[in-house]
Amino acid sequence: MLESLLFYVMSGLAVGASALVIGQRNPMYSVMLLIVAFAALAGLYIGLDAPFVAMAQMIIYAGAIMVLFLFVVMLLNAAQEDAAEWDRTHPLRRPGFARIGVVLALLFVVELGWALAKVAALASPVAGRADGAVVGSVREMGRVLFSQYSFAFEATSILILVAMVGAVVLARREGDA
Amino acid sequence: MNVQLLAQFIVIFAAFFLLVNMSAVLVLAERKVMGFMQQRYGPYLVGPHGMLQPFADILKLLMKEELRPKGADKWLFTLAPVLAVTTAFAAFATVPFGGQTTLFGLLDQPLKLGAADVNVGVLVIFAITSMGVYGIVLAGWSSNSKYALFGGLRASAQMISYELSYATALAAIIMLAGSMSVREMVDTQAGYWFGVIPKWYVFIQPVGFIIYFIAGVAETNRAPFDFPEAEQELVAGFNTEYSSVRFALFPQAEYINMVTVAAVATDLFLGGWHGLLPFRTPLDGLIEYWNVGWLVFFAKIGGILFFYIWMRWTVPRYRYDQLMKFGWKWLLPASVLNLLATAAAVLYFNA
Repeated sequence: MLESLLFYVMSGLAVGASALVIGQRNPMYSVMLLIVAFAALAGLYIGLDAPFVAMAQMIIYAGAIMVLFLFVVMLLNAAQEDAAEWDRTHPLRRPGFARIGVVLALLFVVELGWALAKVAALASPVAGRADGAVVGSVREMGRVLFSQYSFAFEATSILILVAMVGAVVLARREGDA
Repeated sequence: MNVQLLAQFIVIFAAFFLLVNMSAVLVLAERKVMGFMQQRYGPYLVGPHGMLQPFADILKLLMKEELRPKGADKWLFTLAPVLAVTTAFAAFATVPFGGQTTLFGLLDQPLKLGAADVNVGVLVIFAITSMGVYGIVLAGWSSNSKYALFGGLRASAQMISYELSYATALAAIIMLAGSMSVREMVDTQAGYWFGVIPKWYVFIQPVGFIIYFIAGVAETNRAPFDFPEAEQELVAGFNTEYSSVRFALFPQAEYINMVTVAAVATDLFLGGWHGLLPFRTPLDGLIEYWNVGWLVFFAKIGGILFFYIWMRWTVPRYRYDQLMKFGWKWLLPASVLNLLATAAAVLYFNA
């Protein structure tokens, strides 16, 4: 009873906040709502009996990454940027990237439907180990990450490193030493 | 009603009450200690020796008009102080402040002194304190003032930089204790080496303790790292445009955060409620016999808080770029090296 209540409240909050994120004109509100969505996701993880993942979600996403987002929004001071011009154009006639966004959104919807259909076919939606034990504790998770999933783990970290180097290269202005 | 549950509620309420009043006590302590260091009396007129000064301050703030600048963001300007003070209170939730007690035989089962005991307690504290920065950043942004915006920007940059060292110093302790529950981490520090020196982690992790403390001062925006406020440069920094109760909530959040940092330092480095002084005294036996470890805990918190205030009035302020340089080029490498050395030692001695 309590568990399903937690699920419905948290998932409702997550979906509602995420929908509001893209509906905001002011980027500051978007960032704040995204934090709410992340916190709701952390609540869902607690419901799934994974407190470590929940806290990691809070620390890394809601804490560190969103502070960076906020920092960037404040530095750019991009409140209500070009809102008037944006309003005058019909959504389908907006230039360039906006139209690609529609295609991407469609793609994501199709993917989501496909993934949900797959999950429904599974006996238990919670990913367990081969022997059926659910990985919850920190000790277990560390062991699994560095043995069973070590390749995926290392590949992900290299991917993040590459992205970071790429960002630095792109952000550096021409002529800077 | 279940007696055990009632007792737990009383403990939670006591912790809350303590935190609320702690900010008033700390305001007075700060002004008194400052006065002492500058060879004057400090507040002296309200009550005996100026003891009632905090209440006069609060009354004054309550009666002030609440101003909101015309260009300020209505929602975020109101939300910011609430967020700051809520996260400050919430962070104390998983900090235990005493061993188990039956309240002089009143209860059937021993009660743990502390609001909640979860098995990822350290991470909960860390997660909630990292939320605390939003209060300051939002206050700075929503005021629509240049000084406030600069304060908010500095707060976010400072928090990101020092959170890393803070977490890395804690990670070394987590490895030593082999647990993330704060209570279990405290209890691994019970007992004595050679029957004299208490098994506090500060003796194994002196570098970690110093890093934790410096990062903790930076996290709570206290001098010499008070850049979000920076009275000398930014008027009052992020809270320039605030007045009345909304303003009062910011210093309150700051003082509560100080208490939390001191409490976590006591729990993780100074043995929590185990052992009063860094060597065994006859008093320790008495404390164990009476089971009043929480008194020891609060004595240690008091000591750390005094050190906090002492530092504010003796150490000159940094410059902002020096702060960033120090955080990234000295503190972070030192904490990573400390973590690696600890990991190697744990592997060597335990495997």
